[in-house]
Amino acid sequence: MGGGEKPELFKDGKRLDGRGPEDLREIKIIPDYIKNADGSAYIEWGNNKIIAAVYGPQEALPKHVQDPQRAIIKCRYQMAPFSSLEEHGRTGPNRRATEISKVTKEVFENAVLLDYFPGSEINLYIEVLQGDGGTRAAGITVASVAMALSGIPMRDLPYSVSVGKVGDKLILDLNKIEDNYSDADMPIAMSPKSNDIVLLQMDGNLTKEEIKQGLIMVQKAGETISRIQREAIKAPYERIAERYKK
Amino acid sequence: MQQENNVMGDFLKDLMQKGKREDGRTAMDYRNIAIRTNVMPNAEGSAEVTMGHTKVLAGVKVGLGAPMRDKPNEGNLMTAAELLPLASRYYEPGPPSPDAVELARVIDRGIRAANVIDMEALFVEPEKVWEVFIDIYILNYHGNLFDAGTLAATAALKSARMPKAEKVGEEITVIREGNLGKLKTKNVVTSCTFGKLFGTPILDPDGNEESFMDARVTIANDENVVRAMQKGLGGSFSTKELDELLDVAFEKSKGMRNMISNAAGE
Repeated sequence: MGGGEKPELFKDGKRLDGRGPEDLREIKIIPDYIKNADGSAYIEWGNNKIIAAVYGPQEALPKHVQDPQRAIIKCRYQMAPFSSLEEHGRTGPNRRATEISKVTKEVFENAVLLDYFPGSEINLYIEVLQGDGGTRAAGITVASVAMALSGIPMRDLPYSVSVGKVGDKLILDLNKIEDNYSDADMPIAMSPKSNDIVLLQMDGNLTKEEIKQGLIMVQKAGETISRIQREAIKAPYERIAERYKK
Repeated sequence: MQQENNVMGDFLKDLMQKGKREDGRTAMDYRNIAIRTNVMPNAEGSAEVTMGHTKVLAGVKVGLGAPMRDKPNEGNLMTAAELLPLASRYYEPGPPSPDAVELARVIDRGIRAANVIDMEALFVEPEKVWEVFIDIYILNYHGNLFDAGTLAATAALKSARMPKAEKVGEEITVIREGNLGKLKTKNVVTSCTFGKLFGTPILDPDGNEESFMDARVTIANDENVVRAMQKGLGGSFSTKELDELLDVAFEKSKGMRNMISNAAGE
């Protein structure tokens, strides 16, 4: 939670950055951002700037972590020490990053067809170069694109966004200031085909009704997010198709 | 060595004997270099450098801290390099490897020795100085991280803004937004890294060449003098070779200094 005086987050139906309660920030995804990776993408989600890259499947090492039935996923989410407007951060995993890495890994354990690759590991790296609230959601969203571009078979393309509450008003896609001062924050990741929840975290206070309402808001925003994800995945192939049309 | 049997090694050796390189360069050519500054506006300074397929991001943060015991009137500089596992199949998560430590220290030495930052301008009051953190993030590895890292770090410093310290009573608050001046710099440093590939010195070795070269030397210089050097790997250079490479370094650094000025909007 932020220190100092609490700013007025919601005024005359508008948020500090001019958005309405259910507006997403602008999202832009650049596919194939890291040349060495098997799949990668870069996302700008508002002021968040994040890279996701996938290496694998490859032999899981050390050997004792291998699962003879299916692939394992190793995920590392990390924030760059220069990613925030505040003080220089500390390098390496902290408790927050460790937890986010774990829940992100679990999202992809759901989405990836792991039993195609027994004994293998799939490495997913998410590097937050600049953060402005909602980095785990943006990270999962861009990681989906990176995973799909790596060619690893998936049963669905998960997306993620958070819902929060200011006073008694629900707002979608919290930025950093809203995240610091809101009354509740609930990051959610969904599998769009089934509308199953694959990540759910929450802190603050929400009534049962508000949670229900929040989930509807997420699914509505999900249509936009999914469309941007699919366009990013298709883009490199469309460029190739364009070249061969001539 | 086992590498003698390697297909890629044989291929590079064959090319080298014909005086050629895989991407068509001559021995003393750089790959294409591009610098973009202020790519991460939350940081006080930032720059992304691409050198062929090598991609490096440097972020500069400035904060308040205590001065070093031996330099009470100067600010601090801390340089770190991260070989991110997303940058290469062969990088692993974990504490900095010896390669990452060497990379950060060589870049740090060039910047420090060339007085790129005006360290005395970072003095705030007794026992309180500004600290400059440079983090060099390797985003895609394809050789010559030393030169790409030095370029990114220098360009990020040259384009960095300087926070303000405001003192109310005993409490100092740092102002990082709004109308700010620039970080005070005094000089520009660049580096040229050479590899020795099957007996021949080459400039700007790429990822494949680095796997087979047996010596490496980095020369960091400004307009007039050499500011830092580092020889690496098990092989060696003759004094004559080093002499020639120094000439190349001074020659090649002119263009890089111009690129930094342009990227920093000077």
